Amino acid sequence: MATKRKQRMIFVIVLISGFAAATALALFAFQKNLLYFYSPSQLAEAGITQDQLFRLGGLVVEGSVVRMPDGITTQFSLTDLQGHVGVQYTGLLPDLFREGQGIVAQGKLNADGLFVAQEVLAKHDENYMPPEVAEALKAAGGEHPVSIPKTTVK
Amino acid sequence: MIPEIGHFALVMALCLAIAQSSIPLIGASTNNANWMAVGRSTAIGQFLFLLLAFVCLAYSFVVNDFSVLYVANNSNTALPIQYRISAVWGAHEGSLLLWVLALSGWSFAVAIFSRSLPQDLLARVLSVMGMISIGFILFTLATSNPFDRLFPAALQGRDLNPLLQDPGLVIHPPMLYMGYVGFSVAFAFAIAALISGELDSAWVRWSRPWANLAWVFLTIGIALGSWWAYHELGWGGWWFWDPVENASFMPWLAGTALIHSLAVTEKRSTFKSWTILLSIIVFSLSLLGTFLVRSGVLVSVHSFASDPARGVYILGFLAVVVGSSLTLYAWRAMRFSSTSQYEIVSKETMLLVNNVLLIVAMLTILIGTLYPLFEDALGMPKSSVGAPYFEAVFVPLMLPLVFMMALGPVAKWRREKLGELLNRLKVLAALAIVVGVVLPLAIYGNNTVMTAVGIAAAAWVILSSIFAVVRLTHKRDAKTSLLKAYAKVPKAMYGMLLAHFGMGIFIIGVVFTSAFSEQAEQAVKVGEKISVAGYDFILEGVGPVKGPNYDAMRGSIRVEKEQQLLITLLPEKRIYSVQRNAMTEASIYTGVFADLYVALGEPVTRNEWGLRVYYRPFIQWIWVGCLLMALGGIVGALDRRYRAQRKTKPVNA
Repeated sequence: MATKRKQRMIFVIVLISGFAAATALALFAFQKNLLYFYSPSQLAEAGITQDQLFRLGGLVVEGSVVRMPDGITTQFSLTDLQGHVGVQYTGLLPDLFREGQGIVAQGKLNADGLFVAQEVLAKHDENYMPPEVAEALKAAGGEHPVSIPKTTVK
Repeated sequence: MIPEIGHFALVMALCLAIAQSSIPLIGASTNNANWMAVGRSTAIGQFLFLLLAFVCLAYSFVVNDFSVLYVANNSNTALPIQYRISAVWGAHEGSLLLWVLALSGWSFAVAIFSRSLPQDLLARVLSVMGMISIGFILFTLATSNPFDRLFPAALQGRDLNPLLQDPGLVIHPPMLYMGYVGFSVAFAFAIAALISGELDSAWVRWSRPWANLAWVFLTIGIALGSWWAYHELGWGGWWFWDPVENASFMPWLAGTALIHSLAVTEKRSTFKSWTILLSIIVFSLSLLGTFLVRSGVLVSVHSFASDPARGVYILGFLAVVVGSSLTLYAWRAMRFSSTSQYEIVSKETMLLVNNVLLIVAMLTILIGTLYPLFEDALGMPKSSVGAPYFEAVFVPLMLPLVFMMALGPVAKWRREKLGELLNRLKVLAALAIVVGVVLPLAIYGNNTVMTAVGIAAAAWVILSSIFAVVRLTHKRDAKTSLLKAYAKVPKAMYGMLLAHFGMGIFIIGVVFTSAFSEQAEQAVKVGEKISVAGYDFILEGVGPVKGPNYDAMRGSIRVEKEQQLLITLLPEKRIYSVQRNAMTEASIYTGVFADLYVALGEPVTRNEWGLRVYYRPFIQWIWVGCLLMALGGIVGALDRRYRAQRKTKPVNA
């Protein structure tokens, strides 16, 4: 019987230490790696410091896309129909990046308040609107310039 | 007419599923052989009707029947025939049909190949699978009928999403679904054991190969998905910790734990209730994966369908399945008592640690994946959990696991002397460390702690697998020849070692790709070059080409190394004519030791284009490693031990 109990002890100890280690790891990783999402109008109040990495979502303002002379850097303006933020990105933009499209960018603010994106995400569907962007637009009270498909059809 | 036949077949399949789920179960509890026998015939009938439904839908695609809404939404007359067929599972409704077809395919296989199973066990297994089938066929019929008509019929279809027009996507979903759904067999076996209260080593021998095969399909499915993402999404990455990827990875991790725990239950008749619990967990995770992908609650590059009603249905179904099976577990699992004992240092304990690590890794991924949902529910500020989180938690958990991968196979059951075990492996350990330090330096002239640790881990696994093969026959007596001794080793052992070896190959791929990849994004004029990792990529020109259902601009890029022409890569920027989507079609030179990857961007001026160039060392090793793991799983499932039972037991069917 003693070995039985010992066995159960092994089982329980291994389990508990495993889960404890995992919880510690997860909490630590969460603290360091959580990315917050802001819309352009929230950005003003959010008080974000320069070296803080976050996500910014909105619509690409019509006529705002400018390519820099190096041929690979692009500047454009993102809006949630309330606020505007200038964005700069160096690299090839995703296939579906275009004016009027809802996108999400990930990056940091620079000293001039320009959002320097490290990554720009646009989904492969011309009607697609990132849910965060759709919600931010709704929160900002604007009407949708882009229709969001109700459901289905891919 | 054909779509109506398909619809009718689906309804018939539902009726048979209802019969399959109830009659054999009652038969098993009242010990009525005729009622139990209903399980097999209904399972076979159900499969045939679902196959008919599937063929009807495929036929509608082939003949471009745009009076079927689903076909009109996902196909087009210009779509090449192979993609018209794969379009059957290109969107929500059809992929559900594939899901239920796969499910009934597994029941069919169980019905056909398990003639030697005790009749009551088979009856219970099939009826549990019938219950799952009811849930999903009902779901298909009620919320996502692929045979819905469109009136008036469309003249032309809306075409298949261009991203899905790719060979990888033709076979990826079927493989993945076979894996997801395959764990329903292990689940059904577990539930049957809970109902009957019997769990002996024969039970394990029957359920083990099924779990193995499901795991093989899932492994291949995930690998194909990753390969598709690599060459189709145009970002040169192979894993994004995207919710949909995680949805398939969680059941894989738990499934890996399950096949190891099954080994202990078979060999040592212990870990019984843990094995049962794992079987339930793995299948629940498969259902959760289906829910995450099909409901669209999580933002992802892969999830295409989203409809709240569907999400609610699957969530409800998930709650019923998980709730009832865990209740049953809580009520009955205590019956299974272990008959063997083990010490702290033993193979059992090592496999226990393996299981805990795998499950903990799965949980950290689960937390990260579902976190945005909690946030949503609690109205917290929006945030996202990305790759950095997953890498930060996953890598530290995998290191000890990989370390154990060498110890476990050569350790003894019951009791092992730690000193002896380490003594056996100390030369390997030293060798692995040397390889970890030297190999990156020798190839790339550069090394970091992380890289050295990673490569040492890979070497550790590979060397120890080879060492274990050598040791397999160390106990043979003088009379047996070496060949005979090797032939006597069970296939399951070779399968396991092959899978571990594959894991080592996989790790090499991951470590080298993440450590030594190089890339450049640049605008180049015709005639100019980009240099990456010692290769020159020279833009020779860009011109229009016409595909069957798209127009494209195709770049021609000459790749040279030390002025020697290596290959000319032809990346394209396609505009699909129906959906007007732009698509980057990367062009890849695949080598044993590195891939060269070129994607075409936007034109900057008339003869200046944006180019994205990647150098991806050892990336193919990632998928080769996965294939070896899958192959190991197949070899293991073929073990004679699992079939010998059939011959010795009388067939009483």
